[in-house]
Amino acid sequence: MASSVTEIRRGLAAGEFSSFEITQDYLARIAQHNPALNCFISVTEEVALAQARAADAALAQGDAGALTGVPLAHKDLFCTDGVKTSCGSRMLDNFIAPYDAAVIENFLRDGAVMLGKTNMDEFAMGSSNENSWYGSVANPWNSAHVPGGSSGGSAAAVAAGLAPGATGTDTGGSIRQPAALCGVTGIKPTYGRVSRYGMIAYGSSLDQGGPFARSAEDCALLLQTMSGFDRRDSTSAEQAVPDYCGALGRGIEGLKIGLPKEYFAEGLDDRIATVIEAAVAELRKLGAEIRDISLPNTGLSIPTYYVIAMAECSSNLSRFDGVRFGYRCDNPVDLEDLYKRSRGEGFGAEVKRRIMIGTYALSAGYYDAYYLKAQQLRRMIKQDFQQAFDSVDLILGPTTPETAFKLGAKTDDPVSMYLQDIYTISLNLAGLPGMSLPAGFIDGLPVGMQLIGNYFDEAGLLNAAYSYQQVSDWHLQVPEAFQ
Amino acid sequence: MTLKSTDVRNIAHLARLHIDAADIDQYAADLSSILDLVDQMNQVDSSGVEPLSNPLDATQRLRDDEVTETDQRDKFQQIAPDVEQGFYRVPKVIE
Repeated sequence: MASSVTEIRRGLAAGEFSSFEITQDYLARIAQHNPALNCFISVTEEVALAQARAADAALAQGDAGALTGVPLAHKDLFCTDGVKTSCGSRMLDNFIAPYDAAVIENFLRDGAVMLGKTNMDEFAMGSSNENSWYGSVANPWNSAHVPGGSSGGSAAAVAAGLAPGATGTDTGGSIRQPAALCGVTGIKPTYGRVSRYGMIAYGSSLDQGGPFARSAEDCALLLQTMSGFDRRDSTSAEQAVPDYCGALGRGIEGLKIGLPKEYFAEGLDDRIATVIEAAVAELRKLGAEIRDISLPNTGLSIPTYYVIAMAECSSNLSRFDGVRFGYRCDNPVDLEDLYKRSRGEGFGAEVKRRIMIGTYALSAGYYDAYYLKAQQLRRMIKQDFQQAFDSVDLILGPTTPETAFKLGAKTDDPVSMYLQDIYTISLNLAGLPGMSLPAGFIDGLPVGMQLIGNYFDEAGLLNAAYSYQQVSDWHLQVPEAFQ
Repeated sequence: MTLKSTDVRNIAHLARLHIDAADIDQYAADLSSILDLVDQMNQVDSSGVEPLSNPLDATQRLRDDEVTETDQRDKFQQIAPDVEQGFYRVPKVIE
């Protein structure tokens, strides 16, 4: 069975199989494996088969778009018209979205088929997928371990071959960290590259959508469809989108890659450092120039991020009031009781913690000490990167400090969970693009390598990742149970 | 920074969140440890640094003041918890 977006496009174009057949194959795999993995919150079988039939008709008429007939899965945070969009929360368990997100519109425009909506940490708040109202997701490489989060369902679905590609969102690492932990390729574009319209908001100045797939080449195809200016998103970037696939294959001869010393310091599993060093040696063989650099404010990124993300979430999630849509408590005695119990019962513990910290940080008397201070540090973190990009083209390091941890290992200590994001969240603060790709294994669990690019240089990131994937086969590995 | 249970109750009220009495102490401990993490920000002198709110330093894009939305009340109210004659119903606010 064809297992990559690239192969499926080729097979469909050559008439080797129909979209209906490949869609049925994926639906069958989902039916077989989802009970154990819990990657999907909703499987949209009827929608998928109807879209596949339409795709086959378009293919027959020679009227195919860029992804016509390719089945994909979408994080259950993108609004899908007429289809439940839960955001992993009890609050939206009954929410049938009344419109499509811009990203979903773009996939419909280009002919893709929707297999279903994937599991996630509630409102994208988490690094393990254990904060979902619909239960945790198993890592396909070892079911006792987490898939990462918040886009854990999408990453696990691609790793297990339940979809050749999937969408995710990344506010502090929610595409790159699960990509690393599940051994797939994922890219978070520059802030503003992909429209946030219809993407349920967590931290609006940090949130970005992006794809997961089995290779950089597949990610290039999916990101092409997702990218572009959208006037309905007030921070959408008015920047031309280059041809990402056309940018692949130009090699990395002479490319200057910086290794930030702070990304290889205390806290990193030594074995991950060894894996990353081996990958760096491969890139050097391909002609890259490796340089040591410093991002001195890396350690500040976690406290800075959590103040900004929690402040923005407390504001964004005030819209869930039990009045217009979503969960409403039973028998409210008055309006305040309706608000408080609808929100208290509709949100899980981590969401409530973050709303409360954000509310506190924004409250009278504390705003300067927390929010303003965090915004100042945010600029200092961004300036670190700007300085680094004066002397290098790309930055490289590990995606995460450890491989996938065991289910339940960090659920009692929110702060230890937050520390998982040490290498990923500074990019969201700075608005830079980054991607994670497989670079090896430790004890049967995948290791992710992170590449960080300059603003709007997704093409450079994808090309470097593609070059590495031409000389490595980590991205082609499939967990034994899902071959 | 250590939050007391009265602080948690006050913050929960500001955020319009009902927290069960039995859970207040756990929230106080969790929120305090998060604030301890956040206090690391004070290790650095940032005086004089201009705050960054949009990562690209973008300013708000404006548009012409024209009606662009169509009336979709019926569609939107299909997913509302309680409506009557086109209005959203909530418990009585004014006696």
